Amino acid sequence: MHIAKMVLLSIMLLLFKVLIAQDSANLMMQLQKEVVRNETVYTTATFRSTRIINGHSVETLPAHVLDLRISHRFGLVSDGIYNFFGLDNATMRLGFDYGITNNVMVGVGHSTYQKTYDAFVKTRLLRQSTGKKNMPLSVTFVTSAAINSLRPAEFLAKPDSGVEIERSSYVLQLLITRKFSEKLSLQLMPTFIHADNVSFTHLHHNIVAFGIGGRHRISKRMSVNAEYYYQLPELKADGAHNVLSVGIDIGTGGHVFQLHFTNSIGLVERSFITETTGRWDHSDVLFGFNISRVFQLKKKH
Amino acid sequence: MKQKIFFLSLLLTSTFFPNKKLIAQEYFTKNGSISFFSKASLENISADNNQVISLLNTQSGTLRFYLLVNAFHFSKAMMEEHFNSDYMESDKYPSASFKGVIDNIVSIDAGKDATYQVTVTGTLEIHGVSKGVTTAGTVTVKAGIISATSVFKIQLKDYNIKIPSIVVNNIAEEIEVTLNCRYQKRTSN
Repeated sequence: MHIAKMVLLSIMLLLFKVLIAQDSANLMMQLQKEVVRNETVYTTATFRSTRIINGHSVETLPAHVLDLRISHRFGLVSDGIYNFFGLDNATMRLGFDYGITNNVMVGVGHSTYQKTYDAFVKTRLLRQSTGKKNMPLSVTFVTSAAINSLRPAEFLAKPDSGVEIERSSYVLQLLITRKFSEKLSLQLMPTFIHADNVSFTHLHHNIVAFGIGGRHRISKRMSVNAEYYYQLPELKADGAHNVLSVGIDIGTGGHVFQLHFTNSIGLVERSFITETTGRWDHSDVLFGFNISRVFQLKKKH
Repeated sequence: MKQKIFFLSLLLTSTFFPNKKLIAQEYFTKNGSISFFSKASLENISADNNQVISLLNTQSGTLRFYLLVNAFHFSKAMMEEHFNSDYMESDKYPSASFKGVIDNIVSIDAGKDATYQVTVTGTLEIHGVSKGVTTAGTVTVKAGIISATSVFKIQLKDYNIKIPSIVVNNIAEEIEVTLNCRYQKRTSN
């Protein structure tokens, strides 16, 4: 009898202990689930930078972050050693971007190519997320304007020449992106371009192009990026070619270095989407890089 | 025989019905705070997380913590992004947790104002790496409210968090973690 009592008592004590442990484990699970359920986890770091290569990525700068961007495009690699594989000829763009809110950023820049000034506004419309709010895609809208400031040829500059010089172009772009995994992000970029001035690479005032781009991370701080813009054939001029760029991103904290090969020397949308004359299959490939340096101008707290 | 039935029924009730006394000894919080501080030659970095879940059983001394890594907030937005993508890999390891027991105090009396210097031993899981740790802290009971604080240090290499050589002067090898939780009593549900 005594032994039976003892056994029963010890079993009960054991059960008590197990119960305490189980009960707290259950409560912990319950609280954790509650947190996960009530929280929306927004996908971040879809791309390392606000540009994939030439064009915009879905990313915007966080509020009060200033991004100083310097981009270079050199001459044709196929020029060989005489032009140091293109490095003797450089075109560049200097730009300043700024995050007004976490969803709206603006930027201005100047390119040596056609002495172009440009400005853009970029707004996040949807943000990929999981948890309370589930959203499979991120969508960002970009609108930009560019104006070239080249001096006109002397005979055109005369007031009685009868030629009105058009310099402006405008771009509307939707960036539709999904970060499929930690490594892979893909983006589609339907793009509408209106140019006041037409040229042999740009016969129609209005051009529609579809871009596709993406990145694949090869390490924590490096990724391989690629970007291609397809112009609708019926609008595309014979002298123009579609721009294809491949490169790598290297992030080092405050800096992002983007090194790439592309067939375009232009650095604003209108230039690289519709005015690219180089062809990859003719070895018209050039080296280029973008350097981005971010500064937090106002601390969050 | 009567005794047997008595014990058996006690056993059954304790198994199938949550014991009120047990629940009354459990304290929890959903907004505990954990912050960390990195002191390196080029810069000091700190971040706060105010959504820490913690559970304290004053009778058994079991102590649990759980947090979502992406709920750490930094003063620099880009730093927060890099913390998640490059260092903590919070897509892969979204949470960090601790499960342990207070091992120098038998029990905490919530009805009496007191300060307990405690040592806690358990398993800390960060960045997918679990490691046994022992650390000191303080549990305070004041006017029926239990709070816990602790300051301890962790080595990044213990949790397989690598600092690339280029930022070796920006990020410390040893990170100071400060914990602050104010518990509320668990009411039966």
